[in-house]
Amino acid sequence: MNTTDGWFADIDRDDPDAMATAVREGSADEPRDWPALAVEAGFADDEDDYYDAVREATTAATRAAVTERERADDRQLVHAVRAMDDCSRTANELAERLAEWAGTIDPEAGTGVAYARELARGEPDDALEEPAVRSLAERVADLADEADDLREFIQRQTPAVAPNLAALADPVLAARLISLAGGLEDLAKKPSGTIQVLGAEDALFAHLRGHAPSPKHGIIYTHDAVRGTHPENRGSAARAVAGKLAIAARVDHYSGELKPELEAELAERIETIQARNAGDSDDAAANGGADDE
Amino acid sequence: MPRPTEVPTMSELPAGVERHTFDGTDRLATRGEPVYGEPTDGEWRAWNPNRSKLGAMLELEMDTGVTGGETALYLGAASGTTVSHVADFAGPTYAVEFAARPARDLLDAAESRPRLFPLLKDARTPETYAHVVESDVDVIVQDVATRGQARVALENRRFLADDGRLLLAVKARSEDVTREPAAVFADVREELSEGYEILETERLEAYHADHLGIVARPR
Repeated sequence: MNTTDGWFADIDRDDPDAMATAVREGSADEPRDWPALAVEAGFADDEDDYYDAVREATTAATRAAVTERERADDRQLVHAVRAMDDCSRTANELAERLAEWAGTIDPEAGTGVAYARELARGEPDDALEEPAVRSLAERVADLADEADDLREFIQRQTPAVAPNLAALADPVLAARLISLAGGLEDLAKKPSGTIQVLGAEDALFAHLRGHAPSPKHGIIYTHDAVRGTHPENRGSAARAVAGKLAIAARVDHYSGELKPELEAELAERIETIQARNAGDSDDAAANGGADDE
Repeated sequence: MPRPTEVPTMSELPAGVERHTFDGTDRLATRGEPVYGEPTDGEWRAWNPNRSKLGAMLELEMDTGVTGGETALYLGAASGTTVSHVADFAGPTYAVEFAARPARDLLDAAESRPRLFPLLKDARTPETYAHVVESDVDVIVQDVATRGQARVALENRRFLADDGRLLLAVKARSEDVTREPAAVFADVREELSEGYEILETERLEAYHADHLGIVARPR
């Protein structure tokens, strides 16, 4: 098919797969009067017949493309991360409700998911007799278990989908970044400055509107290299981590090979940044913790 | 019969779009299978201007020049909310959407509409669907939330008939969240003038914050 042909050129009307593939993979420089040309070429009997064929082909092509895109492994990670967050958030909310309720029956009642698990296990010396409360506790424990299972799934899957990201960051953080960006390809296309503040959108937009300082870090705050750095230098650490993560995402998306040197480079850079504080802490305090640029 | 020229003619709704009463309120409606849980009155279903920029443009009585039965190209079809209404009153309707998740819902909307053609393509690269979408379509409806909305309209001008219409909803925040919408709209208008003559513009504020509706024809 050359670039002046319609999607139906050289396509057998009785071959739905070929029709769908032509819609998905074909291209043309300019549109032409395809309905008339298709009838002329004998592909369709008349305009109506042609439009029936277009509908069949575009629907099949779009369905196939949607399925393919949605089943891609990074999409699975995105769903798993969001499901995990929903499960733990809900478990925590219900655990609060449970603690409120249980507290009215048993003055010794504890709080949180840990207490819910304890109740669900149903230790015999438990003063709590109300079955409805115990049933709620079981629900909370189940949700918390589900969140744990999802976390394990993410820890298992992320290294297969994004080996470098998973190596450089914790697999769950890597999956979270993919989820926030909307997919691995989207993350690979983001500049490191954007990756640095993913998850801090509220603060970022407040800054862009002009009434807040720029956020130093988003979700990458949970990276050990950022959290483990003195607050004075966290901006620098976040920038270094985001830079390496941006490279890792690109390698993962475009080549998929593991590059262990990334990890070593980041470790070295973080060491330099953290050493700064040990040497001249008075100095750093004096300039109000401004970033090093 | 001579027609009085002073009296402003209220822009007419396209054939196939009518006002019907739902729960006591008068609303725009088209005939077709419901798509997003909208109220129905017999075979008519309400067209919610708060969820559809084109619906808002019609509600604000912008002169779209659309009469019904047109061949249409819809850019940024999303889940099919608006494009399903377009397919109800227009002729063959090509619906371009870039994201997979909404395209899944678009397929559902297309199910009961034999002349609605879903395409999972990027409106910024018309070559990838010019082998399917025919030339000289009567109307292009554009509602893409991406930077460079004027560019998208210019790139897709190749599909539009010389006397066709571009119905464009510009989202200021997609261009630049930090700038005044009015300044963004001025830039979009200027860029759009490279290939289009702008016939009418109207802020869609009543239904959509920071959006501008534009009716234009190819230059």
